[in-house]
Amino acid sequence: MSVTSASPLSKDALVALPATATDAWTEQRAKARQALLKNGLPAARSEEYRFTPVLRSLEKKFSPRQLAGYTEGTSLPALDAHLIPGFDAYRLVFINGTFDATRSTDLSGIPGITIQPLFNAKPMLNLADVEADAFTALNTGFGTHGLAIEVAPGTRLAKPLLVWHGQKSDSPAAFHTRLQIKLGAASEATLVEKFDTEGSGDVFHTFVEEIEVGEQAKLQYCKIQNDAGQVTQIANTVIRQADSSRIDTFTFTFDGKLVRNNFQIVIDGENCESHFFGLYLVKGNTLVDNHTVVDHKKPNSFSNEMYKGVMDGQSKGVFNGKIFVRPHAQKTNAFQSNRNILLSDTATVNTKPQLEIWADDVKCSHGCTSGQLDEEAMFYLQSRGISKSAARAMLLYAFAGEVIQPLFDETLKHYIDQLVSQKLH
Amino acid sequence: MLTIKNLQAKIGDKEILKGINLKVKAGEVHAIMGPNGSGKSTLASVLSGREEYEVTGGEVDFEGKNLLELEPEERAREGIFMAFQYPVEIPGVSTINFMKTALNQIREHRGQPPLDAVSFLQLMKEKMKLVQIDQSLLNRSLNEGFSGGEKKRNEIFQMAMLEPKLSILDETDSGLDIDALRIVANGVNALRSKNNATIVVTHYQRLLDYIVPDFVHVLYKGRIVKSGGKELALELEAKGYDWIKTEAALAE
Repeated sequence: MSVTSASPLSKDALVALPATATDAWTEQRAKARQALLKNGLPAARSEEYRFTPVLRSLEKKFSPRQLAGYTEGTSLPALDAHLIPGFDAYRLVFINGTFDATRSTDLSGIPGITIQPLFNAKPMLNLADVEADAFTALNTGFGTHGLAIEVAPGTRLAKPLLVWHGQKSDSPAAFHTRLQIKLGAASEATLVEKFDTEGSGDVFHTFVEEIEVGEQAKLQYCKIQNDAGQVTQIANTVIRQADSSRIDTFTFTFDGKLVRNNFQIVIDGENCESHFFGLYLVKGNTLVDNHTVVDHKKPNSFSNEMYKGVMDGQSKGVFNGKIFVRPHAQKTNAFQSNRNILLSDTATVNTKPQLEIWADDVKCSHGCTSGQLDEEAMFYLQSRGISKSAARAMLLYAFAGEVIQPLFDETLKHYIDQLVSQKLH
Repeated sequence: MLTIKNLQAKIGDKEILKGINLKVKAGEVHAIMGPNGSGKSTLASVLSGREEYEVTGGEVDFEGKNLLELEPEERAREGIFMAFQYPVEIPGVSTINFMKTALNQIREHRGQPPLDAVSFLQLMKEKMKLVQIDQSLLNRSLNEGFSGGEKKRNEIFQMAMLEPKLSILDETDSGLDIDALRIVANGVNALRSKNNATIVVTHYQRLLDYIVPDFVHVLYKGRIVKSGGKELALELEAKGYDWIKTEAALAE
């Protein structure tokens, strides 16, 4: 064994991963395990994880066997403290990686929506690629809890779906959860995902979600990652849009040890409209990495992406925004921007737009900036009697506001507003 | 109210103010004139506490306090207001919110309770009339997309809201057409009282037709080289700055 593969989670070491389960997903699981053994976990040299040393974060805490799933030291997190005040939703609760039916809303009587345990039946969707990301492979091979949610054509859900991932552990813990969601033609749904971790243990959580948005369907999506604990979370999201569908997504990251969001939108229909907003507002040693892919496969669609970051302390931000415009996707409009403010000398950000355009009749633009707070604006506010700290909070709040204001629900917006202003003071 | 003694300041390695002396009493209007690059705006900036300028000598006393020791926000709370030559655009912060925060922080400093929403709106409506500014403008992001005239009117609106003791108008006339100039000047005049004072920094005499000064000072190469009454401004308008330069050269 060479020195470079000495990591307890090196490719060679992964043969110690347990066998995969025999169930409705047997075939997928076997493929996933093979992909893992073939590709390994992303090492420091991996281009896709260049700025995000996830292997380093895991190898000191987990053996391959534990990585596949380990919940021995977990306990029940406080649910009420993490709910969104006044937000009336159908609640789906995962506690330490396990779906908890008793704490979830019983949706059996609600017309137009069906919810099943994911692994009881063959996959309803096949959007996440086990070859593309090792953590998708890990999740597919070893995930045991997930939900398959179907919204019938034409259904407009009366309430948002709130999927809460609560976890608590004072020792290392690892789990893998998954969602598959199918929105039928002309249906409308709001999905809010909230992640909260408590405790002092290192928690490793992979999350995979595959969402299909049918013709003329509408999805409103909001993810809130506010993990106080030592969590390493790798989320792989793939959303596929059919003709004339619309999605609005918001990704808010406020805390955690290492958070990686692989967020892939496949615009596989014409006349689609897609808006993606993101805000990462972090301090301490938090690392947050948003890798987004917007893949225009068909003509005549519009996408707009705006991610913003505010980093303090020794936190690190990473943004990588890929836009693909395939040869047939003429008349595509695709826009992207990533703006960052660094509040300390030790905070860093790496931002990289990657546009690959094969069609010739398109409008695309991208822009990224990183800098400090505008000193001229600070002086202007101070010269009117406003304290330095209040002026700073005002400017940062205004900066963040651009990605909060478009939020689709007033209660949610108020909640995010409060989280942001708490973080800024 | 304000006493400046031998004030010297530099930016980077460049000395700009080389010994300014000036006394401003309550009720007075002083005009600071001078050719480009003479240090007019630097003086305004140093008085309002802009960090880029380093004060290398001299004293500034404002109502018994050492002004140079105070942070910009403390100067504002003590009653100094600067109307900016180039007001900053701040996306995402509405003028109304901004003014409410500023006014209440100043009130807190004075030991007054914060204004409730109704009183604040009342005060705002009253001051809006003064500079003929529309509420829709104040609901928008601060100065964002405002015309030159709107920005300057917004400055005077803020001045009216905060009721400073000493206002410093830094080239407020630049970029204004004659109508906007008149509105801005009327606003300033309406706010004049025996208890407050104004320093008008300007390159041209034009503004002084509307805001009539008690004293005119000519700044050249970082010093006040000539002081007089309002007629000095007219003389400068007629003769330009060259004779001042010649006089200054002879004096050296």
